[in-house]
Amino acid sequence: MVELKEHIVEIVSDSGEGAQTVGQVFGTLCAKMGNGIWTVEIIPAEIEPPARSRAGASGNRIRLANRPVENMGDEAQVVVAFNEQVLYSRIDVGAYTSGTRIYLESKWQNHSQESVRLEYTQAVADFKNRGYTVFEIPMEEECLKIFSDVKKGKNIWVLGMLCALYNRDLDIAHHELKKRFEKKGPEVLSKNLELFEAGYHWAHNHLPETFSVPKDPAPGPKIVTNGNQALALGSMAAGFELCAMYPITPATSATHYLANAFSRVGGFIHQAEDEIAAMGFALGASYAGKTALTFTSGPGLALKTEFMGLAVMAEIPVVIVDVQRGGPSTGLPTRVEQSDLLAALYASPGDAPKVIMAPSNIEECYHMMITARQIAEQLRGPVMVLSDANLSTGQQAYTRPQVDASSFAPPIPQTPWPEGKPAFDWDPNTGCSERPIPGQKGGAYRLTGLAHDQNSKIAYTSAINQHSTEMRSRKLASFRKNLPAPTLFGPAQGDVLVIGWGSTRGAIEEAVTSLQSEGYSLSSLHLRYLSPFEPGIEQIIASFQRVMTIEINYSDPASFQEEFGMRRYSQLCMLLRSLTLRDIETWSRVPGIPLTPKMVRQGILQTFPVRGQA
Amino acid sequence: MSSMNSTPSTPATPYTLADYKGLKPRWCSGCGDHAVLSSVLKVCQTEQLPPEQTVVVSGIGCSSRFPHYMSTYGFHGLHGRAFPIACGVRSRRPDLHIFVATGDGDCLSIGASHWLHAIRYNMKMTVILFDNNIYGLTKKQTSPTSAKGLASNTHPEGNLIDPLDPLAVTLGITNVSFVAQTVDWLPGHLTDTLLAAHRHPGFSFVRVLQRCPHFTADVFEGCRRDPTLLTLLVHPQGIPADERTLEKLSNQVTHNPANLAEARALTQDTTHYPVGLLYHNPNADRYDLSSAQGANLSTHERIDVVQKEIDRFLI
Repeated sequence: MVELKEHIVEIVSDSGEGAQTVGQVFGTLCAKMGNGIWTVEIIPAEIEPPARSRAGASGNRIRLANRPVENMGDEAQVVVAFNEQVLYSRIDVGAYTSGTRIYLESKWQNHSQESVRLEYTQAVADFKNRGYTVFEIPMEEECLKIFSDVKKGKNIWVLGMLCALYNRDLDIAHHELKKRFEKKGPEVLSKNLELFEAGYHWAHNHLPETFSVPKDPAPGPKIVTNGNQALALGSMAAGFELCAMYPITPATSATHYLANAFSRVGGFIHQAEDEIAAMGFALGASYAGKTALTFTSGPGLALKTEFMGLAVMAEIPVVIVDVQRGGPSTGLPTRVEQSDLLAALYASPGDAPKVIMAPSNIEECYHMMITARQIAEQLRGPVMVLSDANLSTGQQAYTRPQVDASSFAPPIPQTPWPEGKPAFDWDPNTGCSERPIPGQKGGAYRLTGLAHDQNSKIAYTSAINQHSTEMRSRKLASFRKNLPAPTLFGPAQGDVLVIGWGSTRGAIEEAVTSLQSEGYSLSSLHLRYLSPFEPGIEQIIASFQRVMTIEINYSDPASFQEEFGMRRYSQLCMLLRSLTLRDIETWSRVPGIPLTPKMVRQGILQTFPVRGQA
Repeated sequence: MSSMNSTPSTPATPYTLADYKGLKPRWCSGCGDHAVLSSVLKVCQTEQLPPEQTVVVSGIGCSSRFPHYMSTYGFHGLHGRAFPIACGVRSRRPDLHIFVATGDGDCLSIGASHWLHAIRYNMKMTVILFDNNIYGLTKKQTSPTSAKGLASNTHPEGNLIDPLDPLAVTLGITNVSFVAQTVDWLPGHLTDTLLAAHRHPGFSFVRVLQRCPHFTADVFEGCRRDPTLLTLLVHPQGIPADERTLEKLSNQVTHNPANLAEARALTQDTTHYPVGLLYHNPNADRYDLSSAQGANLSTHERIDVVQKEIDRFLI
């Protein structure tokens, strides 16, 4: 048994063969055994790609370690594949390296069609040439000894094999299988337990070299969720009671989870007739004093922008979660991108300042929902949370959050509104004001999206419009004043500063650590607040010779400057350039997959090829 | 919170019309909106609705200025979006009285999809469609109910197609529960209709035929000159007509508002406007009865459930 600090495991199959299920269960199992885990779904380009397609890999990547992990890592050490062709789509994205161990279904070598047999033998030879170690495993043959319908069981046999390979606790494995299959009846459960045992014992007898990854010693109870479940749990812990949504990938699964659990906390999910209505419904509920939120993704965000403007103008608290996907337009619905930042900031016409936040891992998805709700109420306006497709389906093990009344929204006031107090009693310093709620005697006002004075009376006069616009902006500025400065990862000054936001933090910090260990002078800064920026950023940036952002959105290559006399920068880069008036560089890509530490490392070295002085 | 579900008791001093009046309306003189406002004020007073428990929601357009002319709570929303807002207000607040003011462009054009779905949700609110067959605020553009041939700034040669019939469409939607039509020049009938609409336990849809004094001044002139072009619907379960209406509208037809097929048939007569209650089903499913569930759960109970939910993910 080889003891490891960490390992990266992939399970890939044709779509519908159950590799994703195995991945999820195996990930949960590892977490239950105390490993730090981070999982990423491997999603085919189409819903049902043809079998044995090079573009069709479906499955899961699990990174397990003896410490907390926050990104999917670089190359996998172990891959289980249900056919050899699906591996090519993974090879194309650099998922494997010399030494990667491939556990491959071997039935194809005896396939009735010669072309398939040939493809198989050629691929196996090719894999060996690439330096991979190939183990040919008679998965189906072994399953057929137990179950005639192998389509429904091979994945569980594989799970058994993996559990033997990684010396997993069998009690925990049995418990997980029971949880998954118990409701399908005792017959299904016992069949699956049998398949699991068979896979386990086969591996035990045929795969002598096994691994173990010790647990993360950090104490305390932990939970494992994906990002969308974390958003949903966070919403409940924040005391939201109304969620209005319209189905859109990759945000919808958050509401699937809520649809099951929300009614038990007295909440209600409204599936609206469209994205616009979902937003309007949330604003209506919020106007009536109820804490409301909506989940969406890029195309839905586009449709919500008019209502977002109203939420700013008429100062209605609401939280909008955008689980970002590739764009523009329908784009890459299941894949990660960070391209909605500028749309979140500017898509509403007119001056529409709002708070924008971005969780940097799955754990933060949970906690940020509570903070977002509090800010929305404090600032009486919309707060956007930008998650992404990487966080939404990935899984992470993290400390079980504590829940108490302080995270909950307080009950709505129904006591009389103070006499003579305007509906928008703007504090001249902060721009903030308390709002009357229907039911409050003496508080009746007519909310409007038209320009209005502090009594919510329609007003077109120059002075009032200038003043009220400033009040709405003042809220952001005064809010920023009380935010702590962001924490720098690495020394407080030096040559290079790498700035990121959202789900890339784990990969960036891992890349930065490896470069630091090679003697590079660099640090990284990760931003949770994109509007307003946290205070102190200008000073941090000023402490470094060279500054760049890493982002999953598009920027023109630097060569555009020479070629065309212009260059478009990535989105955070653009905002930071305008904030600091510094010539901030960027390395950004839109690969439709999460950035790996290696990609980030190459990005940094490519942007600043000459090592500078600290 | 204790007041949330209780029926408001009549105050020691009853509310007067003045308790509901807001800013002085800035609609043009001769606009039908004035008549509707008077009727809504009367309904509020008759029903003694506490102004702080009353919310008027609107979209954008001349008639959508309505909330500003009331002193209740109001939500002057976005063009076409009054319904999602009103449904959201209703979703967790069964205690509020909700009126929706929407024009023919607001409801039937830019807001059409919300309109269809709001009918189906059947959440309790009183909806008034101010139908003057034209866009007034933006100065005379063709609306979905503009007659074929009507010349406007967008169709100077005349509207190319026949108008959409809001009643026929509304009556075609699953779960429709209250559909009535009235006219701005019969104030008694207008008020009686809105009162019945307010008392309906669900989504009541009232179309008010009215003119725009500037752009469609003579749109219902024919009916006014020849009242037999209006068919007054009479029935014990219908809207009781006042004497003046009975006198004016001699063309009367007995129509049972429980009969949906007959209501739909009435809309097929393109030469007469039905006036009165076309359809009424007080027992249709109501979405707001589900959406409000759990609104009274205590923080303590909710925290308990959240703890359990989080524990499901424990490792």
